[in-house]
Amino acid sequence: MEKLARAHVLVCGGTGCSSSGSKEIIPEMRDKLKEKGMDMEVKVVETGCHGLCELGPLVIVYPEGVFYIRVKPADVDEIIENHLIKGRVVERLLYREPATLATVPDYDDIAFYKKQKRYALVNCGHINPESLEEYIGADGYEGLAKALSMKPEEVIGEVKKSGLRGRGGGGFPTGNKWQFTRAAAGDKKYVICNADEGDPGAFMDRSVLEGDPHRILEGMIICGYSVGADEGYIYCRAEYPLAIKRLQGAIKQAMDTGLLGENILGSGFNFTIHIKEGAGAFVCGEETALIASIEGRRGMPRPRPPFPANSGLWGKPSNINNVETFANIPSILRDGGDYFASQGTETSKGTKVFALTGKINNTGLAEVPMGITMREIIYDIGGGIPDGKKFKAVQIGGPSGGCLPEQLLDLAIDYESLTKAGAMMGSGGLVVMDETTCMVDVARYFLNFTQDESCGKCTPCREGTKRMLEILNRICDGHGTDDDIPLLESLASSIKAGSLCALGQTAPNPVLSTLNFFRNDYEAHIKDHKCPAGVCAAFVGYTITDNCRGCGLCKKVCPVDAITGEIKGKHLIDPNKCIKCGACQAKCPFKAIDKG
Amino acid sequence: MGEKIAEKDMVRLDELLADLGSQRGTLIPILQKSQEIFGYLPREVLVRISEKTGSPLSRIYGVVTFYSQFHLKPRGRNIVRSCQGTACHVRGAKGILSELKKELGLEGEEATTKDLGFTLETVACIGCCGLAPVIMVNDETHGRLVPDSVKGILDQYR
Ligand SMILES: Cc1cc2nc3c(=O)[nH]c(=O)nc-3n(C[C@H](O)[C@H](O)[C@H](O)COP(=O)(O)O)c2cc1C
Ligand code: SF4
Ligand code: SF4
Ligand code: SF4
Ligand code: FES
Ligand code: FES
Repeated sequence: MEKLARAHVLVCGGTGCSSSGSKEIIPEMRDKLKEKGMDMEVKVVETGCHGLCELGPLVIVYPEGVFYIRVKPADVDEIIENHLIKGRVVERLLYREPATLATVPDYDDIAFYKKQKRYALVNCGHINPESLEEYIGADGYEGLAKALSMKPEEVIGEVKKSGLRGRGGGGFPTGNKWQFTRAAAGDKKYVICNADEGDPGAFMDRSVLEGDPHRILEGMIICGYSVGADEGYIYCRAEYPLAIKRLQGAIKQAMDTGLLGENILGSGFNFTIHIKEGAGAFVCGEETALIASIEGRRGMPRPRPPFPANSGLWGKPSNINNVETFANIPSILRDGGDYFASQGTETSKGTKVFALTGKINNTGLAEVPMGITMREIIYDIGGGIPDGKKFKAVQIGGPSGGCLPEQLLDLAIDYESLTKAGAMMGSGGLVVMDETTCMVDVARYFLNFTQDESCGKCTPCREGTKRMLEILNRICDGHGTDDDIPLLESLASSIKAGSLCALGQTAPNPVLSTLNFFRNDYEAHIKDHKCPAGVCAAFVGYTITDNCRGCGLCKKVCPVDAITGEIKGKHLIDPNKCIKCGACQAKCPFKAIDKG
Repeated sequence: MGEKIAEKDMVRLDELLADLGSQRGTLIPILQKSQEIFGYLPREVLVRISEKTGSPLSRIYGVVTFYSQFHLKPRGRNIVRSCQGTACHVRGAKGILSELKKELGLEGEEATTKDLGFTLETVACIGCCGLAPVIMVNDETHGRLVPDSVKGILDQYR
C-alpha cells in the first residue's frame, strides 16, 4: 500500500501556468525530492487552473495551504529546503494583496478567493484532473449514483427545483429543457455539450474542461439518463488542445470502469460520449449551427422552432447545454436542488463563473453567487484598477453584451438586471476598462468581431453590421459627421429586428450601450476631433523631444520602422508610418518620447 | 502551385477514408485529419475525398470555405496564432501582431513566409486571457508578451 504523504505540493498545470513555465517545475520538484529521499513523504500533484493564471506558475503546499506565485524552477530548492524540511515559509514567493502589498500565506485568506463561492469550480486546482480516483475521492460520481437510483422524472424534478438556468448565454431553465427533450417522441435521443466557447475574452469552460473533466461527463450522463438518451457529443473548440486531451483521457477511464458504456453502475442504463472538434467559426456556438457542424455541414443557424429538444442532431430530439451548466449538475443531484437554490436571487439561482480581464489587478476566473454587485467583483475580488487609474466601464457578455458605467457598479447581478441595464449575462466575460480606454474603439472592436463572424445568411446581419462598422471606423479616423449617431441607432434597430439568430439580434448591443452611457466619447470624436482617452490613432501622435540622446533603442523596437536617426543623433518619428503602438515610448530610457 | 503530393500521404488518406468514409457526419473530421497529413487541403485531396465518400465536390468546397480552420493553400511548418480577443486587445495585441509581421517579413495580407517556415494568423481568444497578450505557436501558448519578446519566441522554432 502507498504510504500516506505528510505534505502535498500542488503545481498548477493549467494552460496559463504551463505557458509560464510550470511544465519545468514539476519534474524539477520530483527529481529534487527523490534526490533527498523525500519522494514518499511529499507528493507532487499536477492540478488544473486555480483561476489566477496571471500570477502563475502557482505552487500550493498542503497541509498548510501556503500559496506561492510566479515560481521558477530555480525556486524549487528553496521551497524544499526551507518550507518542506525546515517548516519556514518562503516569504518572497508569497502572494501579496494588490491594495496593501501585505503577504498572504494562506490560500483561503486571499481576497480573490474569499468572496467566491466555488461550486462548478470546486475541484479546479485542487485535484489531479487526470485521475479518476481523485475525482471520486472528491465525491465524484456520487450524483450519478444517486440519479440512477431515482426515476428519470425525479431527476428532472431535482434540476427544476434547483432553479439552474443555462450558463451558455440564454439563461433558459435547464430542468424545463430536459423535460421537453424527455417528452419529445422518439426512441433515439442525444445529449450535446456546447464547449465551443467563442466569446473573445472568456475562458471558464476551458478551465472546467481542463481542470475537472469528469464533472462534465458526469453531468452529461445524468442528463442522458433523465432525458432518455444513450449517446452524447462534446463539441469542443480546436483551439483547446489540452481540454480535448483531458476529455479523451477521462472518457477512456470512465469506459474502463463502467461509468460509461453498457449497463452503467449495474443500472441497465447505457451511454457513450464522443468528442467533436470545432473548425473555427464563432457562429457554431449557436445550437442549431453547432448541430449542423456535427453533421458535417456548414455551420449556419436555422429558424427555431423546431427546437433541438424536438428535432436536433440528425433530426432526433437532442438536449444541448453549456459546459458550466453540466458542471453544476453532479452537485445538484448529490446535495439536492434546494441547496443550490438557496444561493442567488429570486430569478437567478446558484453561482456564475466570470472571467475577469482587462485593466484589473487580479485577472482570472471567479465564481460568485448570483446577486453579487459588480463593485464587489471588481474591487474585493479583482483588487481594483492597477496603476492608480480611474475605473471607466465594465463590459459584460462579450460581443452580445454591453458596457456598464460607474453609476451601475452597485447593481445586483442576475440575468434580468443585466438585460435591463442594456448588457447581458452572456457567457460571463467581464472586461474592465479604465480611463485610458476609448469606448468608441471598444464598440468598434466588438462590431468588427461580429461582422467578421456573421454567417451571412440574413442581409441585415451581414450588410448592416458592415455599415455600422464603416461608420465607427469613420468616427475613429476623425471623419465622423453629425448624422452618424442617429444612423448607427437606426441601423441597430433594423439589424435587431431582421436577424435570424442571436448573433445578429445582439450584435448592435455594444454600440447601443456605449451610446447610452458614453455618448460624450462619441461626440468628442465627431464634434471636437478628440479622442478623450488618447487611443484613436487619428487623434494622437508620438514625437521625440530634445531629451533624446540618440541611443537607438526606439528605432529597434518600432514594429513598422517609423523611426529614423543616427546613433548619438536626435531621432525622428515619421507620423505617416507610425501605427501608434507606444512601444518606443515604453522603451526609451530617457523619457524622450511624448504622446499628444 | 506548391509542392508535389507524396505518394505515401495519399496512401494514408486512403486508409483514413476506408476507416471513416462510409460513416455519416464525418466530413469535417476527415478534412481535419487530411489537413494534418498534408498541412493543407490540395485540390487532388478534395477530389479523392469526394470520390470515396460520394459527397459532391461543391458541397466539400462549401464546407472547407465556411470554416476558418481549413486551408486551400500550402501553409508554414509552424503556425503562429496571434490572439486578438478582448483581453489581449486591451493589453496591446495590435503591437504584438505588427511585430510578428515585421519579424517574419510578411507584408500586407500575406500570411505565409516564402520559405514556408511560418504561417501567421489571428484568433479571437485562446482562453488564456490571464496572460494577455498571448500568442500560440503550434500547440504552445506564450503569454505576458511585449513586442520585444517576439523575436526570442520565433527563434525557438526556426
Ligand atoms: C452566435 C452564438 C454563439 C453562441 N456561442 C455559445 C458558446 O460558445 N457556448 C455555449 O454554451 N452557448 C453558446 N451559445 C448559446 C447556444 O445557442 C445555446 O443556447 C446554449 O448552448 C444552450 O445551453 P444552456 O441552456 O446550458 O446555456 C451561442 C449562441 C449564439 C447565438
Ligand atoms: S443573424 Fe447573422 S449569424 Fe445569425 S443566422 Fe443571420 S446572418 Fe447568420
Ligand atoms: S530611445 Fe529615446 S533616447 Fe534613445 S534614440 Fe529613441 S528617443 Fe532617443
Ligand atoms: S508608436 Fe510604435 S509605431 Fe509609432 S514610432 Fe513608436 S514604436 Fe513605432
Ligand atoms: S492555469 Fe494556473 S491558475 Fe490558471
Ligand atoms: S483574449 Fe487573448 S487569450 Fe483570451
